[in-house]
Amino acid sequence: MKPRKSKFVLFIVLVVAIFAIIATTSTSILKGITLGLDLQGGFEVLYEAAPGQKVNASILSDASKAINKRINVLGVSEPDISIEGNNRIRVQLAGVKDQKKARELLGKQAELTFRDPTGKKILMNGRDLAEDGAKLEYDQANQPVVSLKLKDAKKFADITSKYISQPIPIYLDDQQLSAPVVQEKITGGTAQITGQRTVEEAQELVELLNAGAVPIKLIEKQSYAVDASLGEKSLQDSVEAGLLAVLAIFIFVIGYYRLPGLIAVITLIAYSYLVLLTFYVLNVTLTLPGIAAFILGIGMAVDANIITNERIKEEIRVGRSIPAAVRAGSKRSFLTIFDANITTVIAAVVLFIFGSAGVKGFSVSLIAGILVSFVTAIGLSRLLMHLLVRSNMVKRPALFCVREDEISDL
Amino acid sequence: MTYKIDFVNRRKIFFLISVLTILVGIISYAFQGLNLGIDFVSGTRLDFRFEKTIDLEKATKALDELGYDNPNARLGGDTNNILIFRINEKIEKKQVDQITERLKQIFGMTPHVQEQTVDPIIGKEIAQSAFYAMLIASVGIIIYVALRFEYRFAVAAVIALIYDALFIISVFSLLQLEVDLTFVAAILTIVGYSVNDTIVIFDRIRENMEMKKPKTWDELVEVVNSSIGQTLVRSINTVVTVIFGALALSILGGESIRNFSLALLFGLLSGAYSSICIASQIWVGWKWKSMQKERENPRKEPAVSE
Repeated sequence: MKPRKSKFVLFIVLVVAIFAIIATTSTSILKGITLGLDLQGGFEVLYEAAPGQKVNASILSDASKAINKRINVLGVSEPDISIEGNNRIRVQLAGVKDQKKARELLGKQAELTFRDPTGKKILMNGRDLAEDGAKLEYDQANQPVVSLKLKDAKKFADITSKYISQPIPIYLDDQQLSAPVVQEKITGGTAQITGQRTVEEAQELVELLNAGAVPIKLIEKQSYAVDASLGEKSLQDSVEAGLLAVLAIFIFVIGYYRLPGLIAVITLIAYSYLVLLTFYVLNVTLTLPGIAAFILGIGMAVDANIITNERIKEEIRVGRSIPAAVRAGSKRSFLTIFDANITTVIAAVVLFIFGSAGVKGFSVSLIAGILVSFVTAIGLSRLLMHLLVRSNMVKRPALFCVREDEISDL
Repeated sequence: MTYKIDFVNRRKIFFLISVLTILVGIISYAFQGLNLGIDFVSGTRLDFRFEKTIDLEKATKALDELGYDNPNARLGGDTNNILIFRINEKIEKKQVDQITERLKQIFGMTPHVQEQTVDPIIGKEIAQSAFYAMLIASVGIIIYVALRFEYRFAVAAVIALIYDALFIISVFSLLQLEVDLTFVAAILTIVGYSVNDTIVIFDRIRENMEMKKPKTWDELVEVVNSSIGQTLVRSINTVVTVIFGALALSILGGESIRNFSLALLFGLLSGAYSSICIASQIWVGWKWKSMQKERENPRKEPAVSE
């Protein structure tokens, strides 16, 4: 048989194209992947609605909106707020500098109330405040005060007329901020909170009030905080470990399987790239265990190549020509790989449906890994292998790591 | 090369080993339980990373003086440069700052701090939901394998899977390695891998069954032995590649994923073992019994249900 150069050229073109795509786009994909807090530093709090309150999906959603507004006050670029279960909110803040302040600001319910002189009956609350109704001002003594503009001036006028010469204390949650005494009926729909010690304190109150109250009382269930430099070190360590592991796997596979091993390595590189691309597209947050699973996943993805290559070797040994062996080997191994992977997919899908949030994320990467390895280990490596074989330039069984004396005559 | 090893006639030894390993695990679990990490025990875990190696004794003494009398402190990191300890109650940021300040004074280095406070209910919920999900997944696997292969394969595969999960838990109990939420993820990975591994061998058994159509016990044994032999190189090689990953991660990957990698490593070895020495062996005994029954009562069931 004469060599068919066109197939070989096509093989080279394909490989070069794959590497070119990876080389040009991988940097921006890697940059675009969201890193978990354990890899970039930051902090995370899981809140749960305090027991004994009415909680439903819309209340939780309102609460997370209010929290989101407060985080904007902190100047954190991409807060991640998610509702979990039916009474929890998880807040993740990457790269936040002042964790202490953030925690104080987030944990408060910040429900503003105007109460009657006994402090028990609520006359008005934060919802009666006009939009962005809180403002920082200074009184005659140049002390900071928080001025409030109310939505309904008449309602406030009625209240103030009822309590003339009596105090109507203003509370934030259970803490009394000030207890102004009503001098006369107020018709302008404005009120003032005095008694702020510093400008910063007053400014913070303004922001809290404008962000709006969190409609339920939340308690901190769990928190997690990592130094940014610690995260960086973890990332560096695990990437180094990963590169070393991948290098070892590549050397082993090429050493053991020769030509099919080389093809396996090309497809594994494509596999790694596509999995990362999937993470990027699905916006999967990459955490430290995620990196570990990804690296070990490469080891497992080789499995499909190993199954096929072993099968091809067997076929060569029973005396088939190389093209026939490749064809038979690929065909026979396909169902094996299919059945083996489908069972794993079934397990992963069940985990996704019934698992909690963390388990769900894990099963997504498991499924992504399997599907991608289907494309690369079966689709791509078959394509590359067939191109090479059909170019008639691959003739020696030694390229498949089969010795001549192992081959039995048909 | 195809290995010629008589696995089937050693199956009693395998069953004994399998039962023994799990027994050891159960005993260890009964006496010392699992070393539950922060995710399952209420409290705060603090990690202080220093530039250089630090002296654990000095650190514990400092903690003692600050009133954390049983701090459970230990060192970690490549050069024993991380101080890790757990306090059984939630502590305030102020207290963390105080500890940081004291350690800075003692060692003359500013540590990087990682702080984790947990309510164990959350961790328990996740582990629980993972457990139930795994049960349902097992049923799903049984149904699929029963449809594509036969129910005997399905049940045998799931028994091997349960063995693997128990085996990793046993190892972690025995060595008192810390169990956290990533451990749950590791078990889930292993379960996926274990089934995968078993199915590859079963697929070969099925193929050889169709080709050879064994009638006697010896023929059946030969089919199973040669099927395992034909897939043995693959089993070994796949384990080897994953071992490269797990080793690199355990050695270089840093404190927090070491246990995760170890769990995967043990699980993988167990997965390879259980496919060959448990799943295949359960199947061969069971299959033989039903083949005998069938001979007595030939119309009841076809030879290979597929």
